Amino acid sequence: MASVLIDIRKLEKTYPLGGGMLKGRSRIVRAVDGIDLTVMEGETLGLVGESGCGKSTLARLLMRLEKPDGGEIVFRGRDISSLSPEEMKTYRRRVQMIFQDPYSSLNPRKTALGIIREPLDIHRIAGRKQNRETAAELMTRVGLSGEQAGRYPHEFSGGQRQRIGIARALTLRPQLVIADEPVSALDASIQAQILNLLKDLKKDFGLTYLFISHDLNVIRHVSDRIAVMYLGRIVELAEKDDLYRKPFHPYTRMLLAAMPSCDPGRSGQTVTIRGEAAKSDEEGCNFKNRCAYRIDMCDRVAPQLKAISERSRCACHRAGEI
Amino acid sequence: MSRKTGHLLDIQNLKTVFETVRGNIRAVDGVSLTLNAGETLGVVGESGCGKTMLALSVMRLIPANGRIAEGSILFNGEDLLSLDEDAMRARRGRDIAMIFQEPMTSLNPVLRIGDQVAEAIRLHRRVSSAEALEMSVRLLEEVGIAEPARRVRDYPHQLSGGMRQRVMIAMAMSCRPQLLLADEPTTALDVTIQAQILNLITELTEKNNMAVILITHDLGVVAETAQKVAVMYAGKVVETADVEKLFRRPLHPYTRGLIESRPAGCSVGADGGSEYLKTIPGAVPSLYDLPPGCRFSDRCNRAQDRCRLAEPQLREEEEGHGVSCFFPVKNDR
Repeated sequence: MASVLIDIRKLEKTYPLGGGMLKGRSRIVRAVDGIDLTVMEGETLGLVGESGCGKSTLARLLMRLEKPDGGEIVFRGRDISSLSPEEMKTYRRRVQMIFQDPYSSLNPRKTALGIIREPLDIHRIAGRKQNRETAAELMTRVGLSGEQAGRYPHEFSGGQRQRIGIARALTLRPQLVIADEPVSALDASIQAQILNLLKDLKKDFGLTYLFISHDLNVIRHVSDRIAVMYLGRIVELAEKDDLYRKPFHPYTRMLLAAMPSCDPGRSGQTVTIRGEAAKSDEEGCNFKNRCAYRIDMCDRVAPQLKAISERSRCACHRAGEI
Repeated sequence: MSRKTGHLLDIQNLKTVFETVRGNIRAVDGVSLTLNAGETLGVVGESGCGKTMLALSVMRLIPANGRIAEGSILFNGEDLLSLDEDAMRARRGRDIAMIFQEPMTSLNPVLRIGDQVAEAIRLHRRVSSAEALEMSVRLLEEVGIAEPARRVRDYPHQLSGGMRQRVMIAMAMSCRPQLLLADEPTTALDVTIQAQILNLITELTEKNNMAVILITHDLGVVAETAQKVAVMYAGKVVETADVEKLFRRPLHPYTRGLIESRPAGCSVGADGGSEYLKTIPGAVPSLYDLPPGCRFSDRCNRAQDRCRLAEPQLREEEEGHGVSCFFPVKNDR
């Protein structure tokens, strides 16, 4: 029975929009708008959504790069906002991140080896020589060669830079790795290599992944469970196969219909894809402006994420009936 | 129609070269393609394959350190490369239009969008500014922008990415071009917006019997939107076919590798259940440092000595199916 690694409860993060002296009321964006989510040890939890859904903000909150405005993040039973500075340092070793852009996420003035060993030096894991060897081993483990150790980021290709970023994330032997769109910026033929590498490393290092992507094909391939986000809220949570075979939420269905498939014979979409994600201060469901199944209640009451079947949860008033 | 071949667009052996500090490279290295009215050709490839430079060559918008060294581009029988700049400018935007990947950098941030669409119209047609603005409103409506009469007064930053791309399409469509070049038009957009933009392009294509060259790295987009496909690699076309044939029976090992390395969507036995993806080892070569012989040979699991000694030429291997390979893969997926 797997244990709970991270428990996210009613998490909120808002940002002010516009405002300033010349305008009156300043508006806020609810980037993360009441998220409840658990990450089980050993799983790959896929987080999928389009721009503005809050997935990157959620990642930054988990990394404690930002502080939430409401709710809690509980790691192995401890609320991370209550950690002392020493305990926080330990937390940072347990939770690491792989970033989307292999070009801007590496320090251009450090060598590949330097980038990978930096976390070891910061946390004073071992002496300089030992740290150097550990970093060199990791370099080869992610598919780079030792002779590239002294090269600088600009001398590597996008796929290779991503490998450096992955090695860096693993140096401290984390328990949870948050991968924020790790292959989106890579060529198709390199994506497959990196996805295979991530799979291997998960096994060898005993990792848990929170895998963020907008690409449903990638998410389908890597995830055990999938959470679909829309404008700051989770709208559906299901086991991988269930989500693709029997999606409950209208937004999930729209996403699946919009996904380009490699089947030229696929007949025209049966789901109407329309509208754009737009935050509003209005009450009710965030998706109502685009939803084909909208009813009165959707305008007034925001749906809660509720169990819809044994393993699936959905935030829709009409889930199960449509 | 072209007098010789009857095609709307007939590119023969196009070579576009660049002189750089590090050496001379051939971004487009002997590309031949044809396209007819009403057809959508998907040009697919990874970074550095030359697909964008191909489109810019057709538009004769190549950066200053590059030039078209060889070949011909026949549009309605007329070689665009033989035209002087004034004549080309008359065709550019009117007969052949292009839309780009990043709508924010393609739109002028300090002009209202109505004025930008009107500008595109007035470049080619003698209408008053009032008339042009009226036409702009109609065009915005045609591309699916709600409340177009109000929106004409907006600036680009007030629009979402999807809407800006619609504005770009409106500008491109303003003179009812015969050929539309779309360079990764949806890559920067969310997938639900992508689907709407691709639907819009298809709709406009059918309504106007327009020919489209759709450039993308995404095989799924090609499968859903194009009738014909050309796969490019390191400056050359390695395979061309109708879209069903290409996906059912890819002849070139690179095409096959690309299709089979896609997660979930396209793999053989696509139930998303396979543990590991089939990969193409290595990476796309730098144009400064091409392998000898076939450019794909150092990544190909079928490569023989012959492949390293000579470059294969594109030839029709099966009916309507061209491939540039000495040992094409001859079985269905």
